[in-house]
Amino acid sequence: MATKVFMEALSPTMEEGRVVKWLKREGDPVTSGDTLAEVETDKAVMDLVARADGVLRHVAVAEGQTVPVGNVVAVIAEPGEAVGEAGAPSAVGSAPGAATAPAPPAPATRAPPAAVADATRVRASPLAKRMAREAGLDLKLVTGSGPGGRVVRRDLESAPPRAAALAAPVSPAAPAPAPSEPRTAYRAPEVVPGGAAYEDVPLTQIRKAIARRLVTSLGPVPHFFLTTEVDMERAAEARDALNQELGDRGEGKVSFNDIIIKATALALTKHRACNAWFQEDHVRYWQEVHLGMAVAVPDGLITPVIRNADRKSLLEIGREARELAEKARNRRLQPQEYTGSTFSVSNLGMFDIDEFTAVINPPEAGILAVGSIVPKAVVVDGQVGARRRLRMTMSCDHRVIDGATGAAFLQSLKQMLENPLAMLL
Amino acid sequence: MATATAQTAKEQSHVELERRMLRQMLLIRRFEEKAAEAYALGKIGGFCHLYIGQEAVAVGSLAALRDDDYVISSYRDHGQALARGVSANAVMAELFGKVTGCSKGKGGSMHLFDVERRFMGGHGIVGGHIPLAAGIGFAIKYRGGDQVCICYFGEAAVNIGAFHEALNMASVYKLPVIFCCENNRYGMGTAFERVAAVTDVVEHACSYDMAAELVNGMDVLAVHAATQRAVERARGGGHPTLLEVRTYRYMGHSMSDPLHGVYRTKEEVEEQKKRDPISQLALKLKEEGVLDDARLDALDAEARAEAEAAVKFAEESPDPDPAELHSDVLAD
Amino acid sequence: MPTLTYRDALNQALREEMQRDPGVFLMGEEVGVYQGAYKVSRGLLEEFGPMRVVDTPIAELGFAGIGVGAAMAGLRPVIEFMTWNFAVLALDQIVNSAAKILYESGGQIPIPLVFRGPNGAALQLAAQHSQAWEAWLSHIPGLKVVAPATPADAKGLLKSAIRDNNPVIVLEGEMLYNTKGEVPESEHLVPIGRAEVKRPGREVTLVSYSKTVGVALKAAEQLAEQAGVSAEVLDLRSLRPLDEAAIVESVARTNRAVVVEEGWPHCGVGAQVVDVIQREAFDHLDAPVLRVTQADVPMPYNKQLERLAKPTPEKVVAAARRVLYLD
Repeated sequence: MATKVFMEALSPTMEEGRVVKWLKREGDPVTSGDTLAEVETDKAVMDLVARADGVLRHVAVAEGQTVPVGNVVAVIAEPGEAVGEAGAPSAVGSAPGAATAPAPPAPATRAPPAAVADATRVRASPLAKRMAREAGLDLKLVTGSGPGGRVVRRDLESAPPRAAALAAPVSPAAPAPAPSEPRTAYRAPEVVPGGAAYEDVPLTQIRKAIARRLVTSLGPVPHFFLTTEVDMERAAEARDALNQELGDRGEGKVSFNDIIIKATALALTKHRACNAWFQEDHVRYWQEVHLGMAVAVPDGLITPVIRNADRKSLLEIGREARELAEKARNRRLQPQEYTGSTFSVSNLGMFDIDEFTAVINPPEAGILAVGSIVPKAVVVDGQVGARRRLRMTMSCDHRVIDGATGAAFLQSLKQMLENPLAMLL
Repeated sequence: MATATAQTAKEQSHVELERRMLRQMLLIRRFEEKAAEAYALGKIGGFCHLYIGQEAVAVGSLAALRDDDYVISSYRDHGQALARGVSANAVMAELFGKVTGCSKGKGGSMHLFDVERRFMGGHGIVGGHIPLAAGIGFAIKYRGGDQVCICYFGEAAVNIGAFHEALNMASVYKLPVIFCCENNRYGMGTAFERVAAVTDVVEHACSYDMAAELVNGMDVLAVHAATQRAVERARGGGHPTLLEVRTYRYMGHSMSDPLHGVYRTKEEVEEQKKRDPISQLALKLKEEGVLDDARLDALDAEARAEAEAAVKFAEESPDPDPAELHSDVLAD
Repeated sequence: MPTLTYRDALNQALREEMQRDPGVFLMGEEVGVYQGAYKVSRGLLEEFGPMRVVDTPIAELGFAGIGVGAAMAGLRPVIEFMTWNFAVLALDQIVNSAAKILYESGGQIPIPLVFRGPNGAALQLAAQHSQAWEAWLSHIPGLKVVAPATPADAKGLLKSAIRDNNPVIVLEGEMLYNTKGEVPESEHLVPIGRAEVKRPGREVTLVSYSKTVGVALKAAEQLAEQAGVSAEVLDLRSLRPLDEAAIVESVARTNRAVVVEEGWPHCGVGAQVVDVIQREAFDHLDAPVLRVTQADVPMPYNKQLERLAKPTPEKVVAAARRVLYLD
């Protein structure tokens, strides 16, 4: 009995996957659980494993080829068994989401269900969906006036175009407008002809995922920003003392980043209002703190998650952060390692960025952007002196966090960093 | 003296005709045997209705027609196609569904067509083609032509409305059509007398004020002569004829049916084979001294070789191009 | 441009084509001496004689077959059915002969033939005489099906049908025969497979054909008057081949559609139109497509019940309001 091998959804958001490498060749015997191929998802390179015993037959997708989730990529069968019918590959390389093959078996490693449950279906007419897509509008924010709350054309025509301009630069190229296109304001600017003043580079899986995720953020999510400057002298002293204590015990060193993560996590336990997800019709306030940590990887970024960061020691945080960052750079993160964060921290200090704003990672309600620690002349106790200072900016989803709420959280965080001993309380 | 020479020439040409008819019947017999073999081997699909036993009907009647006359038949059409001169290769290739078939592999056993020979098709719905024959006759008359159209159908088609509607209109409009009923006694597995109130098909002609003749279908010369008389009535004058030709099929209704089954006895089939049209004609020619065993064997060997070559040709021919799926649905 | 009835436009088409091509002849019940059950063939027997205007017995299967046979031999028959309700008796010839012979002969024998006659309900003719057959006939590959709504289209489509090298079904309407309209003289040909916008509009497309074009036009008027809605009326004219491009083009502009058809709802022509729209204009749709059809019952005799069973402008208006989210 031949078993089809499908391109599986190896990440919660994966719609297509690129076969990086076949680890088994046609004719190789395989046992259930064997890794058949490495597949690049929108997030990482994952293993595609065998779900049957037999011989690998009819490899339908070449290395380097991208196919939608659900497409048949190979067949596992007995030697000599006819696989003509079962092995017929479904449309290879068709558009994402166009897969018509049977649904793939659920991957064994699913992210926490909560992480995917927010994709509540929006009722909208196909036309409204297209208009919203082209205008960069989030249909979740539009009240539908059709039957059952269906969003229809007139609802969009009365909606303010506020989010559109922001979203335009990152929205995918709009399809050719139909003759009936009611508004022309949101069209992508015409490319100036003449000369190769640009290079068209196809989106990698991760770049596609970033594009898809982030247009759901800054566009529809009403951001506001709070900036504060933190005196890091005592934190630096504490770090030095700790590292001296650790000495050469081989347990690693404590970094500023570890301290900031720990402090952020602790501050969040005191300010649950900022440790929250905005959902379709409710706000989910988390009891646990799972901190997302933005990591730059070649051609993109990903936010691996330090779970229960508030309950972990600086050493544990440091070790975990290093491991996750390493895995991220090698594209080896498992889905459970980069989903389910309740708040995120993005640190560009190492790039000599004084301060910046970060884009919220929905459905989270906030993200902290951390700049570099720089010595500055400041007045302390009436004296001008050089102090190590850090500027950080919190981006807040106004639907969840109000100005004062965010400010209170930031204040707690600032106090903790300026007096690290408070973290012991 | 002159009369005697003319007489001899006529006799000679008649002997030639008889020999040609013998040769054609042998070809049909051997062709059908090869078709049965190929069907058993899975090389021919679908329905396949063989003509073995009925050869005299197609051969005798078509020998009475001109090249510009029209022929139309039911699904038991291999014999008429071959007798009309469609090559054994083209017919066998059609049974095999190959692009070299006389219908490009798109018709199969029941739908042999060759418009150049005015062979207007085998048709698959019992009796459905009888009005078509009237239509062809109508076109001949409309144009003032002197061609005729011969239409073959089984006795079971006589029970269907199309037969009666067509015969009535052919008679009303005086159309040059020969309705040739091949009465082989069974509609599939149902004996004609079990389902027909009037078992002599010729009698139906009375209802439509039409000429009719009852013919011994195991005697190719009788079929030929009767058809000639019908052709004379039709050509020019436009009078249709109903021929009831009593014949017998040795094989099952189609290749998917038993040889005799329970609807007729093996003895009956064997009894009928004693009247075999090929043996009868061969015997007659031998008695007349115009054919000897060696010549008969040579004719038979030729027919076998032609049938075998047709199988080879069909086997080696390509399938229709996939693009043929969508062609010929509509004309330009 | 002269104004003619639909009946006389058909008559003109027949006369012109019979004059033009000696291979064209008309055959059917009462077409000759009686001058046509609906007088479409008035005067033709006198002009062309009994060989070209042929009265038949009441034998639909038989004379439909004669038509196919004559077409096989190269003539261009026009077979008139007194109504399509009777043509059911000839379906074997239409479906098994006319539509199949070209294909099963591997392209050797075309069937240049017209089957024509009134289709659908007239007034109080009850169940057997009030049926709309377009869905049955449009289902068959090998046939073309046209359903003209106006005298001009009746003439132009019948002339095109007669010149076509395929079996063409021409669906007329007893209730249309007396309608009047401007008809171009002589060489007026309407291409088969081309729809026409009978009334341009912006907000909803009313897809229609044959008698339902009139229903849709009335509905469009009411929509404009009552609700200020701009409705477009698209006349399919041909049901096979279907002008998919015209349907998509119109719906892409209006974003909403209502299909108005004479037949029953189940597996009807409208279902095919809806299939085209969901397949080719999905992203343009602002509402599900609705269909206005004949009620899913045999046609009753009673006048009030019959009115309830038929598509009406009021039903079309109601459906249009729903797709416009006005109710």
